[in-house]
Formats: sequence, C-alpha cells, structure tokens
Amino acid sequence: MSEKQLLLGDHAIALGALHAGLSGVYAYPGTPSTEITEYIQLSPLARERKVHSRWCTNEKTAMEAALGMSFAGKRALVCMKHVGMNVCADPFVNSGMTGVNGGVVVVAADDPSMHSSQDEQDSRFYGKFAMIPTFEPSTQQDAYNMVQSAFELSESLKLPVLLRVVTRMAHSRAVVTTNSSIRDCNKLNPSENWRDWVLLPVNARKKNDMLTALQPKLHELSDKSEFNIQNKKGNGKKGIIACGIAYNYVMENVADMQEYDILRISQYPLPTEKIRSMASRCDSILVVEDGQPFVEEQLLGVLPHSIEIKGRLSGALPRTGELNPDNVRVALGLKAHEHAEPSETVVARPPALCQGCGHRSVYDAINNVIRNKYPDTKVFGDIGCYTLGALPPFSALSSCVDMGASITMAKGAADAGLEHAIAIIGDSTFTHSGMTGLLDAINENAAITVIISDNLTTAMTGGQDSAGLNKYEAICLGLGLDRNHLHVVEPLPKNMDEITRVITEELEYRGLSVIIPRRECIQTLSRKMKKQNAK
Amino acid sequence: MKRDIILSGVGGQGILSIATIIGDAAMNKGMFIKQAEVHGMSQRGGDVHSHLRISDEQIASDLIGIGCADLIISMEPMEALRYKPSLKKGGWIVTSKTPFVNIPNYPDVEKIYEELRKIGNVILVDAEEIAKANQMSRSVNMILLGAAADALGLDVKTLSESVARIFGAKGKEIVEMNVRALQLGAEQK
Repeated sequence: MSEKQLLLGDHAIALGALHAGLSGVYAYPGTPSTEITEYIQLSPLARERKVHSRWCTNEKTAMEAALGMSFAGKRALVCMKHVGMNVCADPFVNSGMTGVNGGVVVVAADDPSMHSSQDEQDSRFYGKFAMIPTFEPSTQQDAYNMVQSAFELSESLKLPVLLRVVTRMAHSRAVVTTNSSIRDCNKLNPSENWRDWVLLPVNARKKNDMLTALQPKLHELSDKSEFNIQNKKGNGKKGIIACGIAYNYVMENVADMQEYDILRISQYPLPTEKIRSMASRCDSILVVEDGQPFVEEQLLGVLPHSIEIKGRLSGALPRTGELNPDNVRVALGLKAHEHAEPSETVVARPPALCQGCGHRSVYDAINNVIRNKYPDTKVFGDIGCYTLGALPPFSALSSCVDMGASITMAKGAADAGLEHAIAIIGDSTFTHSGMTGLLDAINENAAITVIISDNLTTAMTGGQDSAGLNKYEAICLGLGLDRNHLHVVEPLPKNMDEITRVITEELEYRGLSVIIPRRECIQTLSRKMKKQNAK
Repeated sequence: MKRDIILSGVGGQGILSIATIIGDAAMNKGMFIKQAEVHGMSQRGGDVHSHLRISDEQIASDLIGIGCADLIISMEPMEALRYKPSLKKGGWIVTSKTPFVNIPNYPDVEKIYEELRKIGNVILVDAEEIAKANQMSRSVNMILLGAAADALGLDVKTLSESVARIFGAKGKEIVEMNVRALQLGAEQK
C-alpha cells in the first residue's frame, strides 16, 4: 500500500532499493552515506527477504561482492562516500566493461564544503570516466523513485548505474510517498556468458567497443528522461541549467524573477539535444551545480562559442564550497536578502575527542615521549575520530591523507632516513586499508612504530561493526610481525607510565613494532549500558 | 502557514529530537517539510545545527537563506547567537540560558544574553533549572520546545500528540514526562 513517510535522503534511497527487489547492500561506513546501509540493516522487509547487509571491509570489497551478486542474477546496491569511489575505482570502472546481469546501483555520497571529508571531489566524473549512466536526485522523492528506475535501467542496458547525492540530499528529510507495490527479488540466475566477465584483452577489446558504441544511446536516454525537466516563465533569454540539489536553490528564488528558462539535469551523460535547443533560444546559460564545474566545463570546451556560459568557472558562483539559496540567488542576478552581521562575541567550537576516550590517553603518551625523549619524532595519522589528535590540546599529527596512509607514509619517511616515525591508525581503518601497508613494512622490517588504536568499532560514523574485531594480534602475527614487538595496552590515564615506556622502547628498536592500545569507544559503551539499564 | 526554523546546540544536546517532534506534528497537519541535519565528525562536541522548514505549500530548498529564518530554537545561548545572521527582521529566538562550556575561550555569558536581548524577540528559558526542579533532566529539549510553541504556530496539544507517537515505544512514563516538559516550557514567557 502506498504511504507517506518522513525520510532522510539516505533512507529514501534504501527504501527505494528494497522496494525495487534488492538482494544485497555492500558498503563501508562513510559520512554522508552510512545511513543507507543502516536503514537496510534495521528493515523488517530486508530481514524477511534475507537481504545481505553486513558491512564490508572496504569499498573495493563491497563493489566486487556486488558485482558477484549481479553475476548471479540478483540486484545489488553499493554505497560509499565520495572518497570511497577512489578505493573501489578499479572494480567500479571495470564493471562498465563487464556490464551486469542482475541490476547494480552504486551510490556515491559527495560532501561539498567538506563537512566531514578530506576533499570535495565530484563523483559525476567517475560516471563519465566509466561511461555509465548517472542519476542525481533533487528531492527525497526523486531519490526513492530514481533508485528504482536506476535498477530497471541497469538491467535493460546491462550496465551499472551511478547515483550521485550530496550531503544536503543524504542528510535532509522530506515526506516521501512510497509505491503501492513492492517488486520481488530476482531469482538466482548466474550468467553463462564467460566472455562478458573475463576481461582478457581479447574479450575486453570487444566489450570496450560495445560500451563506446552505446554512448549515443545514453545521451538519447538523457534527452528523453523524465528526470531532466524543463521549466519556463516568460520569454526568458536567460537559460539556467541546474543539476540535482542545485535545482532546489534555483527554485527557492525564482518567485522573484520576471522570466527564466530552466533545464534540470538529473540524468547523465548530458542531454545534448536539450542543451543545444536551450542554447539556440537563450543569450546566456548559467550552470548551477553542487561540486565541481562538471557540466560547465563540458559546455565550455576551449574554443569560442556563441553564447555566454556562466557558473563556477566564470565567477558567477563560488569556485569551491557547497551551493546554497544565497549564493545561487546572487548568481541569478537577485539582491541578497537583508540580514544582520555575525556576532563578534561568538567563538568557534571545534569538534573534540570525547571526554574519557581511549585515543586521548594514546596521544598523551605519544606527547610524553616526544616531549621528554625524542623531539624529532613525526606522527603519521589516519582517518577516524583520532584525526582530531591534530588539533589542540594534542597537536600531535604531522599527516593525514587517506585510509591507511599512516603506515605507508611512516615507512616511506623512515626509508628516507627519519629516525623516529610513528603511525597511528584506528582498528577499522587498519583492516580497510592498513594491512597491505603493514605487510610492506614487515617485509623490510622498517624502523617504524605502528599504533593500532583499537576502540572495537568504526566510531566516527556512529559505531558500526569493525571488520577485524578480536583479530588484530592474529592479523599482525600472520603477516609476519616479530612476536616480541607486538604489545597490547589499555589506554587509561592510570596506565600512562607503562604506555609511555612501551612506546619509548619500541621507538628505540630499529625495526618494526606494533602497539595495540585497546579500550571500547566511550559512545558505544554508554549506548550499551543504556540498553542494559532499560531491560 | 510557513515557518523556517534554525535549530542549534552542541552535539548530543538533543536538537534532532526537537526536529523529529516538529516534523511529525507538521506532517500530521498535512504540511510540507524539509529538514537538513548535520551528522558525522561535526558532532564530536562541536556546534551542530539543523535547518527545519514547514509550510502549507511546497518547499524548494533544503537550506534556509540568510536573513530568512522565522525562528531560532537553541539548546545553548552562544549557539543561538551564532545564527543571528540567519534570522529575519522581527524573527524570534528561543534559547536555553545555560552555557555549555567545553572550550577554553567561552565568552562572558552576560555579554551573550545582552546581545541576544538586543535582537528583540528573545525568550531565554532556564530549561535546565526547570528540568532539575521537576526531576526530568533528560527532557530539557522538550521544555525548550514547549517554550517555542507559540512562535512555531503549533499548539502544545499537537506537539504532545507527536511526543506520544515518537516516544511511545519508550513507555508511558517517558511520554508523560515529556508532555509535562512541553507544558512547563509553554508556561515560560
């Protein structure tokens, strides 16, 4: 039965996928995508249908498992934050080459303005790179509808489909009207055509020709897409192209405009005929898109053109950062709303590690060693709550680049001659992308000290399961670590002397050591206690 | 009716519960809703805010434009003042009086009150005191919501029905306590 629900964008995607007959979601937690998988994990429908929803070790294993489910004939969803696309780029791009059997939809949640990320990359480039269709919803209702259309399109074209959202879509709620009927899951139906799936050059060349030959059809589908809508008032000579969520910011302001000619783009590759037609009747086109100037650049090229194209590159909109109703309003040529200036009394309230968090004791110990013993020590950080160790009062980190880079960068710096190098990495990040780097370091017995700060969970995204729980010593020893240089400590202020001593000794050792400070995340612990008390 | 509301506070203070109740109440009145939240790293003791828009008519943007908010509801006085540029002329601020001091350079709170009062339509609620006096320390946010009911254009009865729906699974006692918190808040003017 059709019903109305107040849904987060992420939840609308999850529910849409379930209603499209999803058989498995594969994902690694990452803001702002995490809630898609969490919704499916808690869904009674998913439980009833035995939909796979356990967290994966990283985005690459997720993408590959989804491709396997598709090979077997069923529908799979892959979810990640934008930088996760880099991790799964190999299977993602090559899934365009193999194509799919059961439908595959990949959700990339971008984070313009970097609310909780290290860069502002725009996943639409990945869709173009892999030469597959990309959808970009403007509303939560779109998100719910589009994921279902995306599965249909995926199976009809035999290609994966990318669904790109931004933070403001993923983490914004609105009322969604759901379908009156729910599609059944696909039956097991493994692909029998090995030539589709074995990307030996002899097959891959054929697949590449097929994918390339399909491109004009994809443009045509975008031109006909019900998601690429036109909206006109008066005899507008001012064309506006608005992509995904940016359409909302345009529509928020159009009541104050005399005339306009808007094309909303929510399906890519570009609807070329629609754009050409707009160009023939307008004097200028303003491109409003959240993220990087993906559409604007494609319209511009490098040679002169007959009409003016404005957007992030021309300076009509800010070159970086997320769009909002205010900067779009100014770009539309309207006067900014009257408003008060910010108060000078207000100060910043930066995020900080929780009181009682084990990472705090780890940083205190590291700083003791640096202060009292080896001031030349450099600490290479990683992605997680403990990245906050870069800020006061700890100010302990020298680097933080991507998942797993702490270990490999520490090794590279040691290779270059840095005497005292520490890598600090969380438990979940270690299994995501740290294990392979540790093997490199072990194989050369690199003189670095790796600290796996284990809080038994993926804390920063809200406490999801950590793939290597209870296996960290076994993993390190299995990779070949010398047992004498593996230590487990409990990061509590009362153990400060011991932890400081262990770090000092291992920094002095001219080989590889791993120290595992282990104590449960204070957030997951207090949630557990609350649950217990409620019983 | 249309209300553009900024909800603000510090991570963990319960602004999302306020948003959930208002959202449910608005949905039951058949209104349109958009609510943009902040999740992730920004929650770790940092400032958090949410844009909540309810209207009888379709809403386009998930974000509220600068100078366009009808109302700021804040769990913390400095966090209320942070969004001063968002407030439209003649808009309302309903904020808890109690500062949440987790930074070394927290400003003089009297100065914050003074600036807030200068803005005009401000209700400073001693929500934590009221909660303490009534043994409902976990309902500070509902006291605040009660105090904002008038400015929201939603009556306490409507909000209470939403509290019953949202907190229903937590038991009758929790519902009753939060409904009482709404009423206590509504008496603060």
